[in-house]
Amino acid sequence: MSRYLVRRLLIAIPSLIGISIVLFTVLALAPGDPFGELATNPNVPPAVRAALRAKFGLDDPIVVRYLRWLVAMLHGDWGFSFVSRVDVDQLILQRLPTTLLVIGSSQVLALMIALPVGIIAAMRPYSLFDQIANTFAFVGFSLPTFFTGIVFILIFSVYLGWLPSVYQSDVGGTGWQWLWEHVRNAAMPVAVLGLFQGASWTRFVRSAMLDVVRLDYVTTARAKGLPERKVVIKHVVRNALIPVVTLVALQMPAVFGGAIITEQIFRIPGIGSLLISSILANDTPVIMAVTFVFACLVIAFNLLADIIYGWLDPRISYR
Amino acid sequence: MNEQELRGLIAQVKAGRMSRRAFVRTMVTLGLTAPLASQMLNYAGVARAETKSSYKPTKRGGGGPLKVLWWQAPTLLNPHFATGTKDQEASRIFYEPLAGWDADGNLVPILAAEIPDTENDGLSRDGLTVTWKLKPNVRWHDGKPFTADDVVFNWEYASDPATAALTIATYNKVKVEKVDQLTVRVHFQKPTPYWADAFVGTRGMILPKHLFEAYKGDKSRDAPTNLKPVGTGPYKFVSFNPGDLVTGELNPDYHEPNRPYFDTIEMKGGGDAVSAARAVLQTGEYDYAWNIQVEDEILQRLEKGGRGHVELDPGGAIEHLQLNNTDPWTEVDGERSSIKTKHPTLTDPAVREALALLVDRKSVQDYIYGRTGIATGNFLNNPEKYRSKNTKWEFNIEKANQVLEAGGWKRGPDGVRAKDGKKLSFVYQTSINAPRQKNQQIVKQACQKAGIEVELKSIVASVYFSSDVANPDTYAKFYTDLQMYNTTMTEPDPGFFMLQFVSSEIASKENKWQNRNITRWRNEEYDKLYREADNELDPVKRAASFIRMNDLVSDKAVIPIVNRPKAQAVSNKLHAPGSGWDNDLWNLKDWYRDA
Repeated sequence: MSRYLVRRLLIAIPSLIGISIVLFTVLALAPGDPFGELATNPNVPPAVRAALRAKFGLDDPIVVRYLRWLVAMLHGDWGFSFVSRVDVDQLILQRLPTTLLVIGSSQVLALMIALPVGIIAAMRPYSLFDQIANTFAFVGFSLPTFFTGIVFILIFSVYLGWLPSVYQSDVGGTGWQWLWEHVRNAAMPVAVLGLFQGASWTRFVRSAMLDVVRLDYVTTARAKGLPERKVVIKHVVRNALIPVVTLVALQMPAVFGGAIITEQIFRIPGIGSLLISSILANDTPVIMAVTFVFACLVIAFNLLADIIYGWLDPRISYR
Repeated sequence: MNEQELRGLIAQVKAGRMSRRAFVRTMVTLGLTAPLASQMLNYAGVARAETKSSYKPTKRGGGGPLKVLWWQAPTLLNPHFATGTKDQEASRIFYEPLAGWDADGNLVPILAAEIPDTENDGLSRDGLTVTWKLKPNVRWHDGKPFTADDVVFNWEYASDPATAALTIATYNKVKVEKVDQLTVRVHFQKPTPYWADAFVGTRGMILPKHLFEAYKGDKSRDAPTNLKPVGTGPYKFVSFNPGDLVTGELNPDYHEPNRPYFDTIEMKGGGDAVSAARAVLQTGEYDYAWNIQVEDEILQRLEKGGRGHVELDPGGAIEHLQLNNTDPWTEVDGERSSIKTKHPTLTDPAVREALALLVDRKSVQDYIYGRTGIATGNFLNNPEKYRSKNTKWEFNIEKANQVLEAGGWKRGPDGVRAKDGKKLSFVYQTSINAPRQKNQQIVKQACQKAGIEVELKSIVASVYFSSDVANPDTYAKFYTDLQMYNTTMTEPDPGFFMLQFVSSEIASKENKWQNRNITRWRNEEYDKLYREADNELDPVKRAASFIRMNDLVSDKAVIPIVNRPKAQAVSNKLHAPGSGWDNDLWNLKDWYRDA
């Protein structure tokens, strides 16, 4: 097991370097320029723009720039944003709590919907409950988040005036009031993301359950005279959840990455909106850092999923 | 209008037969900026208009929170590094310049005790120096006094190329000396008519010397105060998350009495313009939203919410159509649109005249921009409220046909006009933006009726407006026949703005397309007028030159389409005096809300 782990970690190194080379090259070749905005500004002489480019090393060949980036990264220096003139790690850390809070709670919400609904629907397939749950699930994952987001704003902010349409990360007050304000602010984005994710996971849980429920050992358990409740929770759900756990684990990097569109609609200062605004401003060091961290997380959680999978299902062995 | 007539008008103002405002209005009709008009009056010795503040509250504070929304989020809080207005505006909450520009183009003292002029010996007769007297008893937010040393330091800081300040152009051509503790003198290299640039308005905000002294030059980016400003402004810094939120609280020691009104200020960034407008106009969650570039039809619908309204600040931004003077389809020495070539058809004055007749500016205003884009025939533009009703432009397909016919352009079998085998067929590019694509359609349809074939091309804004030398689609390369975009005139003085038609400024491969004359238009008379205006100290003579220059370029070098005022959404209770010649927050100290 430990040999397997070491091997996987060693394999991860060349893949990360490969990913970083691809990312860096794509960004370097992409059109646009971090100081493009200055070009249309009549008050900034071209010489200043040229000096800034030289100062930030943008005129060097790609290979030199890549090696410089790699060496700095190995030293723990993530570079600094051309736009904010702040260190990139500081920018990312500032955005992390909000991202984890909003996206994290939406994933929890999604699980809280998907598990019970999926299980009950699978235990009584084609019943009225299953039909309704299915219909909602289809509607849920067919509607894009940018649409539901705007509909929610229209209903809850414009017509009813209950919830704020602009997310506030820095709410005043303390204690219960502080908590209540956070809940009010996060309610709509969490609901939009959670319902979307929950809808697709419901379908997934349901089909995983249906696969397991017809297996012989379930029939055996029932024949033993075990109560239905025990059969479902102990024997069916536990086995049906193996693929679901993998799916959820692979979803975790996305929690860090944020939800670009939803963050934009509700003005949530998350990593996703940092990424999109950096892309629009051609702020290469920030784009590079965010995408690279994302790549690392995907690789790490892949490994984690593989390990959890083996732990849940002892038939799988590592060699 | 020539110099004599201008002088006649000024004499009338002096004698009291014409109001100051009426004079400014007339000048603006001629395509001058309001600040230049008011400068002419001051130079002629007409008493300065006292800008009356409409500020009502009689005590400091008690106004609760002020919440403003900027859909482009501020990313840093050092005004010398501000890229674009979003960062300038966020810095303006905490920092102040010596003086600002009001909506009528008057200079208003902020950290200065008075505005320099020839009467108070602030301006030297030879145009070589300006002496600023500073307001006494002003304190930085940390309690240290504000003095002439701070002002001089800002010049040293910004003019040092190693600092890489974006305000360098304002400061590297002047020298600044301290006269006494509360007086500074700015020295120019040559007689300078536009003296109110350094320490004034958008690029004039003053940083404290004692906190930035150690971070001049190479170390500029390490200054902790780049993100935690300590200024003299009405609000003190509380917190800043780049790209998201700026918060501030009332400054109890502010240097003006009874100000500011609000206890806290919060500037939230991000999102898009439509939802920003909605948060002010319809849901009322915010008090103010900056730069709402939204179609007027949507704004009107949102205004029905009854919580806020749209305010417009006329400025000099102009959406215009550029006509290429060089041939974009022939490559010479590795560049197209080379100055060594001549456009085969667009250089014919008849074609230019016809095109000007074919741009239906009224429809563009009525169906696309509404209140946020006013049809215009002037390139050098002006506050909308002063606009004369008899602008020269017209839309006339019939006449365009006649002009082309008379110029020898005959319709071919395919309905497209041609002369000597050269077809009137143009490629027309612009950035991707819904109103611009509609605008392209309007022009294309009119051109078709006059026998001109137009192919439309649209480019992603981040590419089109980039300075990427390797990309053929940038606006500066101008590798098509026609192109359209919006030029902003953030300057109260038209000098720099009009530089974009001087022949020595032509963009080419040699200068990496960084120079400002994109149309590659050349005109000896224009060059001569520009040189004259650049050295002319008498604002009246200068104004006469600018009026002539505007007449030379409008509809000939470029076709102006609409003048786009600054638009913002303001809560119905909020009083927020704006200005088209300065930042939105230039007068934040005077903002208040009806109880």
